[in-house]
Amino acid sequence: MENDIMLDKKVIVFQLKDEEYAVEVSKVGGIERLLPITRVPQTAPFVKGVINLRGVVTPIIDLRVRFGIEEQEYNESTRIIILNLDDLEVGLIVDAANDVIDIPKDAIEPPPEVVGAVDVDYIEGVAKLDKRLLILLDLQKVLSNDEMNELKHVEG
Amino acid sequence: MDTTQYLDVFIDESTEHLEVLYKQLLELEKKPSEKTIIEEIFRAAHTLKGMSATMGYQDLANLTHKLENVFDGIRYDKLSVQASMLDILFEAVDHLNAMVEDISNGGNGARDVVNIALQLEKLENGETVDSDSTRTRTADSKEAVSTQAFDHLDEFELSILNESLERGFHNYEIMVELTNDCLLKGARVFMIFEILEKLGEVIKSSPAVTELEEENFDTSFNILFVSTSSQNEIKNKINKVSEIHHVEVTPFSVQSNKTEREEQLTETDVAQAVSDTEANNNSTSKTGASTKTIRVNIERLDMLMNLFEELVIDRGRLEQIAMDVKHPELEETVERMTRVSGNLQNIILTMRMVPVDQVFSRFPRMIRKLARELHKNIELDIIGADTELDRTVIDEIGDPLVHLLRNAIDHGIETPEERLQKGKQAQGTIKLEAFHSGNHVFIEISDDGAGINKDKVLNKAIKSGVITEKQSEALTDQQIFELIMESGFSTAEEISDISGRGVGLDVVKNKIESLGGNLTIDSEVGKGSVFSIQLPLTLSIMSVLLVEIGKEKFAIPLSSIIETAVIRKDEIMSAHKKKIIDFRGNVVPLAFLKRIFQVPQEEKEADEYVSVVVVKKGDKLAGLVVDSFIGQQEVVLKSMGDYLSNIFAISGATILGNGEVALIIDSNALIK
Repeated sequence: MENDIMLDKKVIVFQLKDEEYAVEVSKVGGIERLLPITRVPQTAPFVKGVINLRGVVTPIIDLRVRFGIEEQEYNESTRIIILNLDDLEVGLIVDAANDVIDIPKDAIEPPPEVVGAVDVDYIEGVAKLDKRLLILLDLQKVLSNDEMNELKHVEG
Repeated sequence: MDTTQYLDVFIDESTEHLEVLYKQLLELEKKPSEKTIIEEIFRAAHTLKGMSATMGYQDLANLTHKLENVFDGIRYDKLSVQASMLDILFEAVDHLNAMVEDISNGGNGARDVVNIALQLEKLENGETVDSDSTRTRTADSKEAVSTQAFDHLDEFELSILNESLERGFHNYEIMVELTNDCLLKGARVFMIFEILEKLGEVIKSSPAVTELEEENFDTSFNILFVSTSSQNEIKNKINKVSEIHHVEVTPFSVQSNKTEREEQLTETDVAQAVSDTEANNNSTSKTGASTKTIRVNIERLDMLMNLFEELVIDRGRLEQIAMDVKHPELEETVERMTRVSGNLQNIILTMRMVPVDQVFSRFPRMIRKLARELHKNIELDIIGADTELDRTVIDEIGDPLVHLLRNAIDHGIETPEERLQKGKQAQGTIKLEAFHSGNHVFIEISDDGAGINKDKVLNKAIKSGVITEKQSEALTDQQIFELIMESGFSTAEEISDISGRGVGLDVVKNKIESLGGNLTIDSEVGKGSVFSIQLPLTLSIMSVLLVEIGKEKFAIPLSSIIETAVIRKDEIMSAHKKKIIDFRGNVVPLAFLKRIFQVPQEEKEADEYVSVVVVKKGDKLAGLVVDSFIGQQEVVLKSMGDYLSNIFAISGATILGNGEVALIIDSNALIK
């Protein structure tokens, strides 16, 4: 895996329901407040639509729907995390995004057999920090799904 | 000299000049006496020669030189254009083309051209002997008839002279010579003209009046003059002006002037005086029309386009703000800006667009040549050559078209004998037509030849294992025709030189699909076939009609819209469970966008009227049912990224003035 040489991993921590997730800072293009979303018909249910991100039309995924967590009204703390993966730009809707932290490499453990409602497939590892448990996401797998298999070739 | 850095430019420009050569030669075939065409050819050949010599391509330069010589001969009436000549000329240009192609493929442009060079030389010399004598004769006759300075009178001047004669005026040519030490030549000229104006009318002077007034002449000048006064009277009056050395007044005869010209014309084999004068008149405007160009890297155009797109979005936003604020000065400025940027947009777009003529222009000669080789009589009818396509598409479409045309010539059109037997005209027609429709450009190649024999296709397909016999039974005509685009399929019974070289229609199909287009075939046995290519325009800025469906806004490209209509609900008819309307006599199927796009339904109040946008694809129509029309707007087509590619009936998105994203409907996908 690409982060073998790095000692610490800088991640952005966000919240979904009552669990904390983490994505690598290097893959994040920005964090936005909720913007008006235009629905795109005939797409997967978790694709909420597209937003105008400073002139770029960006697809948006609702992570709650993606992970099978019950939907919740968007509120003041709802954020869109803009991901830059290779040449893909996709936004993730999360309940809140509130932290940037360094995770020491030895704090990361391989994914446990079962973690909550999330399919093990998406999870790269779990980091235990003090009393927090961060779920590290494999973004490629989060974005990929059966209907959009064009992403499959990028899997690491 | 290291010339590699100029190689690209050389190849580009050579191709352009060759294009001109071909085109003008074809023109010349139709109008052999048209001087402007010959000039054009000569110029192209000359430039090509110069360029290739500089680049060190000797063979190319030599052959072009020979070609140039021939046209030089034609230009100065030493040679006349004959049909037999054209074949050799075409062949020479073919050779040139092959050399340039070789160079662009990394070769050195060497080619055995001894034969054609000899033929060109023969052309050049074979006639020279004859025409040399013609020339001397012409010169003689000129000497004999005219001592006059006014050889070239235009029609207007001639008509005045003729009219004045009829009315009993005299036409004179006056030669005035001033003394060598004359100081104020301009003043003398002025005085002479003043005297003459009192006596009659000055038609023309040599040098021209303005030149005379600026003293741009030696000591003598000539005037063409119409007057009732006698020769002597005029002479005496002019002599009253001081510092005049000599005045000569001679009667001027229009007739002699005219006959001399006519003689010249007949003797030099130029077809008719009419076309000659026409050519003279046209030459100014025609040379003016030859455009000057600079070469710009297409990447820079792309960058310019991207920047402009940003501008258009901001313009939309500004328009919105101005509407909200209602400040007159702001509104005025925004309006001006809109207009200016509208013009800018047109220019940027057209910069990237080139007429398909660039590709089409090489087809007439190709067809001419192939038809001769195959002993067929074929006319190529090109329609819509000015249809414009994005440059990148143009570059790629050439080969597929060549292939399809070759197919039409080889397999489509029958030999004249066969055609006559079938009760058709001996001459077959291939129609090449380009037109815009919606977001696409269609290129259709239709022939009135034999058409595709379905049974033959099926047999072949079953034999070669493309399909099974069982499968074949269920196929529609369309599907059968599409079989010939499968790889490894060739229906020609024997492989000919023209097509059927193993490179099948599948290659054409793949190429077109890689351009984002598609190829459809329609055919009728005995009547001919139509190959229709649909290509995307790749226009990134377009005019759309914004419509509202539920609470969502969608954009429908204006280019695919025929009309909008509001119809009463009871006008919607049902045909076999499909909703249709009668639109100006056409049965138009309706597509309810609310259902297709699964727009969240609010409980709709029973509206008596339905808003319909009638769109077209080719000649098929469909009515898109929406909730309401918002209005027309210029928008920038934005891709939705790789993540959301290939969404049904959505070709992209755009950002509206208020920052919202609206989806652009691909109406072509909605028409079956």
